[in-house]
Amino acid sequence: MTEKIQGLLPQDLPHRPRRIGGIALQIALIVVIAGLAYGAILDLAQNLARAHVASGFGFWNNTAGFDISQTLISYSPSTSSFGRAFWVGLLNTLLVAAIGIVLATVLGFVVGIARLSRNWLVARLAGGYVELIRNVPLLLQLLFWYNAVLKSLPQLRGSVALPGGGILNNRGLFLPRPEFGPHFAAALIALVVAIAVAIVLRDWARRRRERTGRQIRIVWPVLILVCGLPLAVLALVGFPLGFSVPHMGRFNVSGGVEILPEFAALVLALTVYTAAFIAEVVRAGVLAVPAGQTEAAQALGLRSAATLRLVVVPQAMRVIMPPLTSQYLNLIKNSSLAVTIGYPDLVQVFAGSVLNITGQAVEVIAITMAVYLAISLFTSLLMNLYARATAIVER
Amino acid sequence: MKRLATAMTLATVALFGPHAAWAQTLGSIKDRGELICGANGTLAGFGLPDPQGNWTGFDVDFCRAIAAAIFNDPTKVKFVPLTAKDRFTALQSGEVDVLSRNTSWTQSRDTSLGLDFTAVNFYDGQGFMVRKSLKVSSALELNDAALCVQQGTTSELNLTDYFRSNHMGLKTVTFATGDEALKAYESGRCDAYTTDSSALYGERLRLPEPSQHIVLPEIISKEPLSPAVRHGDNQWSDIVRWTHFAMVDAEELGVTKANVDEKLKSSDPETRRLLGSEGQYGEALGLTNDWAYRIIKHIGNYGESFERNVGQGSPLKIVRGLNALWTKGGLQYGPPIR
Repeated sequence: MTEKIQGLLPQDLPHRPRRIGGIALQIALIVVIAGLAYGAILDLAQNLARAHVASGFGFWNNTAGFDISQTLISYSPSTSSFGRAFWVGLLNTLLVAAIGIVLATVLGFVVGIARLSRNWLVARLAGGYVELIRNVPLLLQLLFWYNAVLKSLPQLRGSVALPGGGILNNRGLFLPRPEFGPHFAAALIALVVAIAVAIVLRDWARRRRERTGRQIRIVWPVLILVCGLPLAVLALVGFPLGFSVPHMGRFNVSGGVEILPEFAALVLALTVYTAAFIAEVVRAGVLAVPAGQTEAAQALGLRSAATLRLVVVPQAMRVIMPPLTSQYLNLIKNSSLAVTIGYPDLVQVFAGSVLNITGQAVEVIAITMAVYLAISLFTSLLMNLYARATAIVER
Repeated sequence: MKRLATAMTLATVALFGPHAAWAQTLGSIKDRGELICGANGTLAGFGLPDPQGNWTGFDVDFCRAIAAAIFNDPTKVKFVPLTAKDRFTALQSGEVDVLSRNTSWTQSRDTSLGLDFTAVNFYDGQGFMVRKSLKVSSALELNDAALCVQQGTTSELNLTDYFRSNHMGLKTVTFATGDEALKAYESGRCDAYTTDSSALYGERLRLPEPSQHIVLPEIISKEPLSPAVRHGDNQWSDIVRWTHFAMVDAEELGVTKANVDEKLKSSDPETRRLLGSEGQYGEALGLTNDWAYRIIKHIGNYGESFERNVGQGSPLKIVRGLNALWTKGGLQYGPPIR
């Protein structure tokens, strides 16, 4: 069988000269494209020099001088560099993207499943949500959420005090920030140990089930282990955990963790918008699993929850993964709309303030595009790895 | 291969080759039949289209003056609204011929952005606007306040300098356009709104209840606002620079829109040189000798444009102050035309 196929491989066919010609053509094409790119860059550099526009990446270490409203790493306008501002913007983008992806996935799966519900009202509500949200431009939704969030929140003077020491007003949501004392690491180590033990326990239970066919319920022991052990250790070292509670100043709230209204609006808009698309992806994935699979599972005596978990979802996931990846990439790229509501993401900080102050549009935009490309390719890579791990293994 | 090389060269030249805009700005404007002017678009008094779509304002008048000098027709201008953030890129790339958009002249902008600032046509400074209900009478009381500011402006940078040197904390919320920043201030997101003080007066009038907001007395920076052109075309930067000087000189010589025809017959040598009845000063610029006459005839002198757009003849009521003529204690001083 294999020998027969080998006999038909292209290199054994009497067309060798044409193949060499093909390779030559491709090399020529690459040379042309590289030449064009080189020529373009050269010309660009010449034109910039002629117009006396500064070029190069020397600006990276210069002092930025502008303030940024949300910084995950330490940043001071008077001493930090443009490079530091870049990292601040990048982290803000990643934060919004990561939180948006998690929330949109959860909401999208819930709505997608709800749309398939046999309950008429639930299915129609989910359908209405999808149709409404995915047919209105994201930018408008973002502006709506931003203004809705800002307008509905109380002014500074009328701040709402939340139970547990939080404060809410139109400057943001301020929550107590945990402050860890000495020996807190011990509790973290205990948590890691507990999780490791739980994984071993799960594997043991699975092996035993496969050998004996008997199901062992390990949910409660695992829960007690994972919660109990760190708490016990924490009690042992005397609860080294305090909270920095936010308090009202004359103009602003200081202390605690600050969640900006811009951040909340952006996460809300991205989540609600992307979830509508994910819902459709999920619905399509579930519908793609033949009804016979469910019937066969039920015929084998699986309950409906187990049918969904063990039979339908694993097969649906294979259909869902590729379009889901696209939705994640869309969400990451859409996060750049932050610029319209003043959330300091990469585009707002770097392709906005830094570009304008340095005037180096070509370098700054090139870096920004490269970063989005890298984030997107990395996300695709992760999703593809997951898809490969869950692919059907032919036996 | 030769054909390929030709195609390659053509493609690159088409993509990145030297634009006409780089070298012969005046020639390409004449060929095109109109001046392309980068303007503000949202700032009352300086650059704002009225409900009929006619552009009005101090910076707009300046572009019309250039068009009048070139074409003897102030309507031959296409205005391109630009945000603070995009303005320099638009000028660098040749999208606009001149940037007349309340832009501060700073050293880094002059030397590393590939721009030339022509002449300061408005001496300004950065100020703050707050709600009356805040009961603040000085910017020095704004410790820890949240400030709304427009991105890509000198305001964004001055702000951190000012608060740092006065040992005050601040929370900056930065928006891409002045519109968005003002809206956020209006909705209470910020305690104060900061920009050039001239703009504060215009922006205040756009709020629902202007009387509920006050402009604080502190001016925290020098903002010499100047039109800008691309670096490297000296003829064009001369035309833009002298358009401003002609308007200032006209005010000093008492030449106005109303009396310019009469002044043509004047025997005063300075007036005669300005209006082109004597000498070839316009031709030296690449224009006609009556270039300044055209500017005054269509737009008026510097003072007329000032009062009409931002001064006593406008809702803004900005006093001349630093922008008065040097003969009246201000800084506006036109070099002699001779």
